[in-house]
Amino acid sequence: MPTVAMTVNGKSVAGNVEGRTLLVQFLREHLQLTGTHVGCDTSQCGCCTIHLNGKGVKSCAVLALACEGADVVTIEGLATGGTADVKLHPMQEAFREHHGLQCGFCTPGMIMSAVDMVKRKGHDLDEKAIRKQLEGNICRCTGYHNIVLAVQAGAAAMKGN
Amino acid sequence: MYDFAYLKPASLSDAANQLASPDSKLLAGGMSLIPSLKLRLNRYATLVDLGALADLKGIRREGDALVIGAMTPHAEVAASDEVLTVLPALASLAEGIGDPLVRNRGTLGGSIANADPAADYPAAVVGLGASVITNRRTITADDFFKGVFETALQPDEIITAVRFPIPKRAAYAKYRQPASRFALVGVFAVQSANGVRVAVTGAAPSVFRLAAAEAALIKRFAVAALDGITLDTEGLNSDIHASAEYRAHAVVEMTKRAVAAALK
Repeated sequence: MPTVAMTVNGKSVAGNVEGRTLLVQFLREHLQLTGTHVGCDTSQCGCCTIHLNGKGVKSCAVLALACEGADVVTIEGLATGGTADVKLHPMQEAFREHHGLQCGFCTPGMIMSAVDMVKRKGHDLDEKAIRKQLEGNICRCTGYHNIVLAVQAGAAAMKGN
Repeated sequence: MYDFAYLKPASLSDAANQLASPDSKLLAGGMSLIPSLKLRLNRYATLVDLGALADLKGIRREGDALVIGAMTPHAEVAASDEVLTVLPALASLAEGIGDPLVRNRGTLGGSIANADPAADYPAAVVGLGASVITNRRTITADDFFKGVFETALQPDEIITAVRFPIPKRAAYAKYRQPASRFALVGVFAVQSANGVRVAVTGAAPSVFRLAAAEAALIKRFAVAALDGITLDTEGLNSDIHASAEYRAHAVVEMTKRAVAAALK
């Protein structure tokens, strides 16, 4: 079985995978990083969004072996500090503050996608821009109202960081 | 998804050699290929990933054309200052493909090699009269697309870049299928020193040129020149999203919108 090595959330990791092993399977089943969710598994819903070499992508449509040597950040890699002194990423904090979730299943993907959005489009985002840029993420509770508020606040808060 | 051998060649010649073995398939961004493998619509013994070939990525100006590497992601085309300046219609088309996460990964070469009947890029390639450059030859846009998911590419041929001539004016008007974000109908209209070209995607098994509109627009490049033009429904796609009659009507309407946008 081929081996793959990459950096995930700042740590060097490696594992034996099949050709067909998806990045999301490697993250969840090999590394036990289950914060990255599998929603539709047909690359529509965006629950599996992670950052691959600094860009938001759907990890259910990327092969693990294609990420040899890559830098991957998952939802677990956004906060800083340890369990005792954890400091949430400004976008995570904004989702908490604005209750940008209902059931919470899509939330990791929403947050990873939102951080990617700020990198591409900047900190001053209006509702229309946010809704357009969130097209790749589906909230099946349809709780978009607070998600949009959270992204807007999180984007502004990221300015200071 | 059935298992396969995964190869990531370090050179174009290695990629071509690996692709020559039976039942091999190129992997670009994988935004169509991987979902189709997961659904077991396709099965290959070997995938040859072009991800390590940095030469296949990038956008450069060459005289009166833009040359875009086959492995350039849609997001880079959409955000490129060069493209936004000399060929904004292409940047806007790229910005409308899929969603932001797909655009970060999906590539120009992958899109046209896949030749999905409802993909956006084929309309730009044919509309602009682009040239598809491979590891062996240059294929003109009019000879490239052959049918549903079918192109002129040989099984072991690799697209390296696409050369887009810079037109006088151009625009892409897309009536989007809201769930898939593919084109229900998309029209790329171009006026250049060589004349007028109008390419339609989403409406038929493959991208095609709208001869009646081109003939009218070459006399006068104006929305009013398209009055009275109709499209025969023969051979048009008909599905749960839109009938052939609906698409025929939408093609003419989208052509008018593309011309109006090109004149802005």
